[in-house]
Amino acid sequence: MTVSVTIRVQAEAFDIALEMERLTIGRTDIGAVVTFSGLCRSEGDILAALELEHYPGMAEAEIERVAQVAVRRWPVLGLTVIHRHGMIAPGEPIVLVVATSSHRNAAFEAASFLMDFLKTRAPFWKKEHRKDGTVGGWVDAREADTDAMRRWGDSQ
Amino acid sequence: MKILYFAWVRERIGKTEEVVEPPPSVRTAGDLVTWLKARGEEYDYAFERPEVIRIAIDQLHVSHGTSIEGAREVALFPPMTGG
Repeated sequence: MTVSVTIRVQAEAFDIALEMERLTIGRTDIGAVVTFSGLCRSEGDILAALELEHYPGMAEAEIERVAQVAVRRWPVLGLTVIHRHGMIAPGEPIVLVVATSSHRNAAFEAASFLMDFLKTRAPFWKKEHRKDGTVGGWVDAREADTDAMRRWGDSQ
Repeated sequence: MKILYFAWVRERIGKTEEVVEPPPSVRTAGDLVTWLKARGEEYDYAFERPEVIRIAIDQLHVSHGTSIEGAREVALFPPMTGG
């Protein structure tokens, strides 16, 4: 069965309802849609924005590689991953994962797996811009994210 | 070979990319980092902890021990923080 995989890296915001509809419209075999969206936090009202830098070309390719691993591992019917770059204000979305499947478990697990791998393998870097006008540092990679990825075992 | 820098590696070096011709003794991705580190203060600062630097050859993640033979584009960057 062909699984619909859509990967987009873009500056613009995305419409979660529209992305869900794109995966489900006209289909009667889908029993579950899981969406995850990651938003920019203000970190206690300190941040004015997060600036997301990415490696054009590799960002799309790496997300695609992770998505194909998910497709081999779970019986998903469709996957959409959208990751934004550029300046993103608190409250705005940064990343979207939509997974569809016949039964819910595949969609839940594939979406969770995709997020864990994106965090540690997709070439994006966050820089903090503070409300007081200063540029904060680059966000440090979190050991918890690496641990979250490792729980899926060797998936390469 | 084209070298790309991202995030704080890019800021410390002050360049987004450059073309370099390392000598034949530079065989692996890790050798390349060591060789670049000796090119000046800004490189020494960017690569002060070479073990944390992540490397991609032709847009694929590799380890420091991977050969750079035939590489067209090598990217050097900090651990990723997307998602």
